[in-house]
Amino acid sequence: MYQIVDKQQFSANVVKFEVIAPRIAASRRAGHFVIVIDNEKGERIPLTIADANPERGTITLVVQAIGYSTRAICAMEPGQSFADVVGPLGRATQIRNGGTVVCCGGGVGVAPLLPIIRAMKQAGCRVISILAARTRELIILEEQVRKSSDEVIIMTDDGSYGTKGLVTNGLEAVLQREHVDEVVTIGPAVMMKFVSLLTKKYDVPTVASLNTIMVDGTGMCGACRVSVDGRNRFVCIDGPEFDAHKVDFDEMINRLRQ
Amino acid sequence: MNPTNLTPKERTAIPRVEMPELDAEFRVSSLTLEVNQGLSREQAVMEASRCLNCPNPQCVTGCPVSINIPGFIKQIEQQNFNEALSVLRRTSALPAVCGRVCPQEKQCESKCIYNRMSKQPVAIGYLERFAADNGSLPQTERPQSNGVKIAVAGSGPAGLSFAGAMAALGYEVTVFEALHAVGGVLIYGIPEFRLPNSVVEKEIVALKAMGVVFETDTIVGKTLSYDQLLEMGFRGIFVASGAGLPRFMNIPGENLVNIMSSNEYLTRINLMHAGTPGYATPVPQPETVAVIGGGNTAMDSCRTARRMGAKRVMVIYRRSEAEMPARVEEVKHARQEGVEFLTLHNPVEYLADERGRVRAMRLQRMELGEPDADGRRSPRPVQGDIVEIPVDLVIVSVGVSPNPIIPAAISGLEVTSRGTIATDSETLQSSIPMLYAGGDIVRGGATVILAMGDGRRAAAAMHNNLQSNLK
Repeated sequence: MYQIVDKQQFSANVVKFEVIAPRIAASRRAGHFVIVIDNEKGERIPLTIADANPERGTITLVVQAIGYSTRAICAMEPGQSFADVVGPLGRATQIRNGGTVVCCGGGVGVAPLLPIIRAMKQAGCRVISILAARTRELIILEEQVRKSSDEVIIMTDDGSYGTKGLVTNGLEAVLQREHVDEVVTIGPAVMMKFVSLLTKKYDVPTVASLNTIMVDGTGMCGACRVSVDGRNRFVCIDGPEFDAHKVDFDEMINRLRQ
Repeated sequence: MNPTNLTPKERTAIPRVEMPELDAEFRVSSLTLEVNQGLSREQAVMEASRCLNCPNPQCVTGCPVSINIPGFIKQIEQQNFNEALSVLRRTSALPAVCGRVCPQEKQCESKCIYNRMSKQPVAIGYLERFAADNGSLPQTERPQSNGVKIAVAGSGPAGLSFAGAMAALGYEVTVFEALHAVGGVLIYGIPEFRLPNSVVEKEIVALKAMGVVFETDTIVGKTLSYDQLLEMGFRGIFVASGAGLPRFMNIPGENLVNIMSSNEYLTRINLMHAGTPGYATPVPQPETVAVIGGGNTAMDSCRTARRMGAKRVMVIYRRSEAEMPARVEEVKHARQEGVEFLTLHNPVEYLADERGRVRAMRLQRMELGEPDADGRRSPRPVQGDIVEIPVDLVIVSVGVSPNPIIPAAISGLEVTSRGTIATDSETLQSSIPMLYAGGDIVRGGATVILAMGDGRRAAAAMHNNLQSNLK
């Protein structure tokens, strides 16, 4: 079960997998995630679903090798199988009908952002996508994003591609230029924090998709809890998307350090 | 001595058996060694002979599923261990589990006639476990299938007992489990040293032999919708998804690093084998651990922490020991294992070190006031009396709420204000006629035996309903 049928190396540390999981492929929507266990002694790792092909019965996962288990996952090859894949978990993204949406993706966060970009576009939104990364080779899925975006802005820290600067520089230019109805941001917690601070200044509603630590992913453990508007919420069942202006990012960043 | 010839006077003169248990200092070196070793045959027969076989046995009224207690005990006395198990099996799907985890001192044993003689009650729990471990029943014939498909959401005690009862009636039962392992709280929650996984595994093997199919990694309401289950041909659904959602106290600092729910702590260790070489899941293993709460899960957590190498383990409980909801035996075992009890203390704040990890807790001293609605004396703070104690890991074990996934996923399913599924109290039928529910998703945090009883009751009611519909 859960066999890897395709693998594509996006960059040294970022891998795209296509995995057989027919029930999840049929029922997932933009914003959903899965829990993956690589082998029977493995850890339960939450990964956002980047894409799905219900006909083939597959889902697409984009994994960045950052820890013990994600490195082990990224070393797996087509033909091998994950021990377990469970989902789709979390609440699906609320898709707007119309208006201008800016989708800000940082690094591997672009993968879970892609289905949201597509769904927003399909629903009739004007979609401006901002892809940001440290350097050119870490910009992923640009072509797919372009297909569903009215405008794509690329930002790199070192200026090796697109405009030199942070995602917030690109976003602020858009906010100064035109009216934006909503911002969606997925990426490193620090990036989402600064996107949120910026859009608060411009009073633009903003949704952040949080990537906290989880064990079961079904509400049972509470490892993923975050303070949203002063209340404890569980990313796995109440999220993963929240009103970014109400998320306590500093607390979340601290909890990610464990 | 032939115990069957004893006079009542001779019977009541026999002292209650003591459960052989591993030495406390030795057992805290192992996560898996079962503390209670079980009675020997001689001990069991002798203890069984204490039972006076009362004409109007009150113990049965103390049992949530009305097990014929004198019936199985007298079979033990006659050394008919298989027959003893057979009596248990008539009303209980999981006697090996209940014999180990039921709060007998609050149920059957609290009603034993010996209490009125100011003597210790018959050790009904120990005897139940003995019969389950030592009796064996002929392999149940796989019943002729009636072709009717039934789905179960959740493989904990309620789901397993429901599945067993329906399979015995010939239904084709599929149990969907969200986790990657079957058994629910029996596997992820209750530790090996209190309930060996092999005991649960035996039950699951028996259910599989009866034709029950288990599908792990499948969340009803997420992986499969209610409508999909109907399309797949299921004619009845039993929801036993449990009380998965841990509660927190919402006090300052509770979201610091190294503060977690008991569910998280126990799941990491029991289900994911954190701390066992070769397994990838991490868990903090510091020297000083505090467990907040006084229930069985709190006891499981503090005793697990000792086994994970913690030198100082404290249980923080806001009432006194008399009000503690945990089984008496668990508290005793925890004490033997060196756990400190700070009763009449309640955390009010956690303090962080420079890296955002918990370094200390501030505890409010409490005193007991008037009895509250449950009859338990409610605690109130002693003004100005706050102590600060250093701690490296805090495990919050202050209760759970119903898992919201299924209630939220099925439209038209009536839910109570507490988030539990509303059911008929007799039949456990929900507002959707083909959907029944039981265990903690209905009760909101109860016991294994009540969950198991629900499974059986729902099976009988669903069977009745399906039979009348099929006619």
